Amino acid sequence: MIGAVPSAVMTVNALTRRFGDFVAVDHVSFEVRAGEILGYLGPNGSGKTTTIRMLLGLLKPSEGGASVLGYDIIRQAELIRANSGYMSQKFAIYDDLTVWENLQFYGGVYGIRDKRRIRQTVEQVGLSDHERTLTRELSAGWRQRLALGIALVHQPRLLFLDEPTSGVDPIARRAFWDLIYQLAAEGVTVFVTTHYMDEAEYCHRVGMMRDGKLLAMDTPTALKAVFVRGEVFEIVTDPLLESLNALEKAKGVQQVALAGDHLRAILQEGLGEAGLKAVLESAGVRFLSVRRCEPSLEDVFLCLSKRE
Amino acid sequence: MNEILIRAEALWKRFGGVAAVDGVSLQVRAGEIYGLVGSDGAGKTTTLRLLIGAIKPEAGNAFLGGFRLDRQADKARAVTGYLSQRFSLYEDLTVLENIRFFAEVRGMRQNEWYPRCMEILEFVGLAQFRQRRAGQLSGGMKQKLGLASALVTRPRVLLLDEPTTGVDPVTRQDFWQLIIRLAASHDDGEGIGVLVTTPYMDEAVRCHRIGFMRKGRLIAEGTPAALRERFKDTILELQGSPLAWLKELAASHPLVKDVRSFGDRLHLRLAEGDASAATVSLEMEKAVWAGGGEFKGAKAVPPTLEDVFMALAEAEE
Repeated sequence: MIGAVPSAVMTVNALTRRFGDFVAVDHVSFEVRAGEILGYLGPNGSGKTTTIRMLLGLLKPSEGGASVLGYDIIRQAELIRANSGYMSQKFAIYDDLTVWENLQFYGGVYGIRDKRRIRQTVEQVGLSDHERTLTRELSAGWRQRLALGIALVHQPRLLFLDEPTSGVDPIARRAFWDLIYQLAAEGVTVFVTTHYMDEAEYCHRVGMMRDGKLLAMDTPTALKAVFVRGEVFEIVTDPLLESLNALEKAKGVQQVALAGDHLRAILQEGLGEAGLKAVLESAGVRFLSVRRCEPSLEDVFLCLSKRE
Repeated sequence: MNEILIRAEALWKRFGGVAAVDGVSLQVRAGEIYGLVGSDGAGKTTTLRLLIGAIKPEAGNAFLGGFRLDRQADKARAVTGYLSQRFSLYEDLTVLENIRFFAEVRGMRQNEWYPRCMEILEFVGLAQFRQRRAGQLSGGMKQKLGLASALVTRPRVLLLDEPTTGVDPVTRQDFWQLIIRLAASHDDGEGIGVLVTTPYMDEAVRCHRIGFMRKGRLIAEGTPAALRERFKDTILELQGSPLAWLKELAASHPLVKDVRSFGDRLHLRLAEGDASAATVSLEMEKAVWAGGGEFKGAKAVPPTLEDVFMALAEAEE
């Protein structure tokens, strides 16, 4: 049932890129295995796209290096690009070409002339009903599938997706991820960047970037277990601001913040609901309800930032 | 009930034959943060542009602070602050000069603007940076300067277009703390009305009430808790390996309506409440071990707002 551990598709060693005094990517090291979906999570400007550009051999590192699909990013960049797919945030799709024509055009760039492969790609990304549609008439979700198709037309073993689902609704996003899971199951390795915490939950492993540094990398479950050392609660009280002030000062409260009509708090293990009630009652606020909830990757990020 | 500060009445706007905003009605009261959630093209930004009066509706009315936008536009705008996604600040001017500019454009007098600017800079945490050029600010500080500029005239209505898309979680957390405090307290003691547009559920979840937008229409509206309650199915989270095989196994279980991969986990959607969660969990555990896989655990998890949105949108189709 369980096969051998797949080999590394990417090995990244102390990869660094400076622009003048600014360190965009700061000694980043990690490995990605075949068939893995690795998420690269971080805010805009944290170094995600710069990392991809180096891994594709488009930008030379200032320090460190990486091997991608067994090729060196500095000396064998062309081989990497020939064997990888890349879907970028601002990808040029020709609006006045049809879906089919766009795929044919980009297939041609990779030397693919076989119509069967174009047809297969159209089917793979679920665009069979739209192959004669002009690209400008596609919805955001369909357009994004076309962009994926273009990245896949030459059957790469490794796929880089840079913020692939920004601006699409949850249904289109889910459908897109189903395609990604299918590709991963077929052995394609996927490296995907996102600034969207909820999307990172879809990845097998997640690396958290901030200011060019890789703060942590692990499965979403392990990240939560390791870095959120406590229990997360949603607390409804009245008035909210007084409760916030009381909890900010209370012992055993690691973190507390306003979250709309309630508070979200991370409490040291052991304090629990009873301890929480005691703090709030002595502050004289009306305690309405409390609900234990799952830590989020946002909680992880906030905890990691605090440790710095 | 608090005063209604933002009101849209059956707003309707068409672009090239397509209804971009199709009969949208909503109300935001003092002290309330309302999140308008939807994808690009769902109509949320058009709704916002109708509300600030940047474009005119073909039908319907909008009211800001009680003033009807088409008849009392100046008064409506005077009570409104607006922060757009692409907020432009003057990079060569200092923080204070930027705010002063906005204050003067909005007609504040000399003796008014300075104390107000200082107060608002204090509030957003930029007071010590007031002499710094805007071009030298970090992304998070720019965001706060944008907010400060929108707030300088003491608006009762605040319209925010995707205020924290792409910013880091620490900045996002800070920013939302400010918005939530603002909504709760205003100089008049009543609170302000805030409308936020966003495509992201993790942003929406911080709002008091949420409206889901799809294809120009509001398909559902309510507090995050109330919206979650509309989702009747149970979600069972399953962990183990190998995941692809587990997924097939789960999908073939008669009580499982749908299986979604979720990173290193699976989310099984079950029809009939907690009893079925226990049954499915036990049966999966047995089947996984019997098949030579590894079962790491299963537990019922609350539905996310994304689950709710999906279920509502599917029901619409």
